Amino acid sequence: MSAVEIRNVSKIFNRGRANEVHAIDDVDLAIESGEFVTLIGPSGCGKSTLLRLVASLLSPSEGAITVAGKSAEQARLDQDYGMAFQRAGLFEWRTVAKNIELPLELMGWNRADRRRRSAEMLELVKLPEFGDHHPAELSGGMQQRIAIARSLAFNPSLLLMDEPFGALDEMTREHMQTELLRIWEETATTVVFVTHSIPEAVILSNRVVVMSPRPGKISEIIPIDLGERSDDTREDPEFFKGVTRVREALRAVEGL
Amino acid sequence: MFGFWEGALAVFEPDGFVLPPPSEIVGAFFDDFDRIFTGARVTGFIIVTGLIAGAIAAMVAALLVTRFRLASEIITPLAVAISAIPIIALAPIFQNWFGLVSSRPNQLIVALLVFFPIFINTTKGLSQVEASQIELMESYAASKSTIMREVRIPNALPFVFTSLKLASSLAVIAAIVAEYFGGRQDALGNLITGNAGLARYAEAWAAVLAGTIIGTILYVLVVVAERRTIPWHSSIRGTETTSGG
Repeated sequence: MSAVEIRNVSKIFNRGRANEVHAIDDVDLAIESGEFVTLIGPSGCGKSTLLRLVASLLSPSEGAITVAGKSAEQARLDQDYGMAFQRAGLFEWRTVAKNIELPLELMGWNRADRRRRSAEMLELVKLPEFGDHHPAELSGGMQQRIAIARSLAFNPSLLLMDEPFGALDEMTREHMQTELLRIWEETATTVVFVTHSIPEAVILSNRVVVMSPRPGKISEIIPIDLGERSDDTREDPEFFKGVTRVREALRAVEGL
Repeated sequence: MFGFWEGALAVFEPDGFVLPPPSEIVGAFFDDFDRIFTGARVTGFIIVTGLIAGAIAAMVAALLVTRFRLASEIITPLAVAISAIPIIALAPIFQNWFGLVSSRPNQLIVALLVFFPIFINTTKGLSQVEASQIELMESYAASKSTIMREVRIPNALPFVFTSLKLASSLAVIAAIVAEYFGGRQDALGNLITGNAGLARYAEAWAAVLAGTIIGTILYVLVVVAERRTIPWHSSIRGTETTSGG
């Protein structure tokens, strides 16, 4: 069973009105359990819209999406996925630990279990001493790590990420990518990741889905086989080959 | 500043009705303390009750407007209409409704005057939430009420306190000016008009001083409540950031 199945999905905003936008057109994609898939493309290609359709934050105009064998809507209601955004979106009135515990609170976990779980998650993102701090006391990269910890707190089988490292500086970004890969391996989560950075897509993914704009379509799916990543992977010729392939695919999309 | 005030008056010796020296005002404050204290109690009661009533009404209205579309369509234009009325000008009319020596019309004036700034700020705080924070809550299948409780209300608290600070001084002005037109004869406003009419300027100023003290106490109370309620907010904590990734 696929972790995510997107079948003949289209999304039209403001259908029938003057400001009608054909955001997604007839997209088909199956994502296997444990896979790391990146959606990349120029702005307006519908990659974020596609992610929100999978999250059931939007509903498709046509076609169907299943997550873990259920409708996307049911998967959302069952909290089968965790989500992280470009802005960490931590709640400043909650301590770091309480931010991580928020989804658990909503799911009715008791206090002791929540505490234990947030401590584990803080270990996972390597910020164990920051539980009692408030988010404003943390740097952007640290806040984003907490957001990831929060998205993983209830152990979802699927993680949806919308340009989570987009606002970080280059060094922090690479560091975060390495952290995410480590967490992905430790937790065996399926990840769907939206980005507009080519190296980021290549270093992270099993497959890079290249999308074209107006209307948003999949133009090419590029498999990446870098094996187990290490610090040297970024200098590996295979990595550069991947980067080149994705870049060429994107150029074709933009007609350059 | 008070030294300068005192000194300048001693040098230039203007007539007493222009500006009495601070020493005389403070003297009048204590000589006339019983009447001023009574006035402060009467007016203080009007200020506090009017402020509380106006604030509660404004917050409830803001919650309804943010939560229900229908409420928004009814309340928002009404609130804007109220804000366009020069409310203080209604004092004589309200005093006709309730009776010239009643405190009710003045409480109503205070409540109406503080309503709008609190309503506008609270509504802003409830609705200006980061879009991804709402999406996050929706991804948890959180209900609208849960989002209200967990996200919108805490997000609005700093806005509420800002508007309460503003409203606390507005309430003092509203109550005293409303009392110029009517209300209980022992209230601060009447003390000011009465004394000024009798050329007892130091006494009139002493009553103004009492109003100032009430305003300051209210402001400090709001600040203390703010510190206790939202210690996490950057305006209170200062913004120290830990460096590093």
